[in-house]
Amino acid sequence: MNDTDSTLRAILSDVLGLSADRVASFDASTGLFGDLPELDSMAVAGLLTEIEDRLDIVIEDDEVDGELLESYGNLLTFLEAKVSQRTLG
Amino acid sequence: MIAGWPCPGPSGQSEEYALTFDRSRTQRLLIVPALFDEANRLRRMLVETMRLLDSAGIDSFLPDLPGTNESTQAFDAQSLHGWRVAMKHASSHFRVTDVLAVRGGTLVFPTTLPGWVYEPAKGPTILRQLLRARTIAAREAGRHEDSASLLEIGRTEGLELAGYRCGASLIAGLQDALPQIEGQRLIAQAELGGGGLWLRAEPAAAPDQSAALARLIMADLGA
Repeated sequence: MNDTDSTLRAILSDVLGLSADRVASFDASTGLFGDLPELDSMAVAGLLTEIEDRLDIVIEDDEVDGELLESYGNLLTFLEAKVSQRTLG
Repeated sequence: MIAGWPCPGPSGQSEEYALTFDRSRTQRLLIVPALFDEANRLRRMLVETMRLLDSAGIDSFLPDLPGTNESTQAFDAQSLHGWRVAMKHASSHFRVTDVLAVRGGTLVFPTTLPGWVYEPAKGPTILRQLLRARTIAAREAGRHEDSASLLEIGRTEGLELAGYRCGASLIAGLQDALPQIEGQRLIAQAELGGGGLWLRAEPAAAPDQSAALARLIMADLGA
C-alpha cells in the first residue's frame, strides 16, 4: 500500500465512519458513489476537498465524473496520477 | 437550557438563541459553531463537551449564528461581517471569559478573547466545497454547472448552496476570508482522536472526542 492509497483509505474511513479494518478490505472494484448510500453529493464534495487538502493536489470540476467515483480503483488510479504530476512538477 | 440574546440584524434588533449551561460561574466559555452543515454534524459532540464542562464548574454558551436554527433572521441577509458582530454581541451579553471557535467559526469569532481554535477552516475551502456539492448534484440530475460561473452569479446575485440561500455578500466574504487567530491555542483533530466529525456523511455521537475536548479545555483553564 503506497501513501496515496493509505491516505485515501484514512479519508474514506473518516467520511463513512467505518473502521480501519472495513476500509482496508476495499479493493479496486469496491463501488463508491452509487453503491454507498451515505455518499451523497455533499459527502462527495467533502471527500474531494479533504483529499485535495491532504494530498496537496487540485481536482478540477471537469475531472469529477461518474466514472471517477464509480469504484475505489478508479479514484485511486486518478489520484496516483495527480500525485505523480505534482511530484514531477 | 435555551437563552435569548439581543442581536442587531438587517431589519432592526432581533432576539437570537443560544444553548447554555449557565450557573453564573467565573469561567464562561463561548462556543462559536462551524458554518453551514458542519455545524449540525459537530453539534452533538460539542453539546456533550458542554455537559462535561458544566460538571467541571465551567459555564458554556453555544449561540446560533443569525439566520440559522431558530433564528428569525433570513439566511440570505447574512454575511461574515454580520456574524462577527453577532458573536461579539453574544460574548458581551453572556459575559464570557474564553472562546472556542470551531472550523469556519474561526472566521467570525471574537478574536480579542483568549481560548482555542479547533481545526480552523478557510473561507475559500468552505466555498469550494459548497460549489462542488452543487455541481455534483447538478451532474446527477443531468445538468451541467461549473464552479466558476456559479461563483460569478453568487457574487452578484447570491446563490443557493447545499440548501442555504446565500446572499452575495456572504459568498464574496467567504472567497477571501482566512481564520484570524490571535494567540488562541490551535486544537488539531489528532489531539481528540478519531476522524473529524465534520467529514462524516452520517454524523453520530463521539463521546471519546467530547471527553478529550473537555479535558483539554479544563486542563488549560486549570479547572
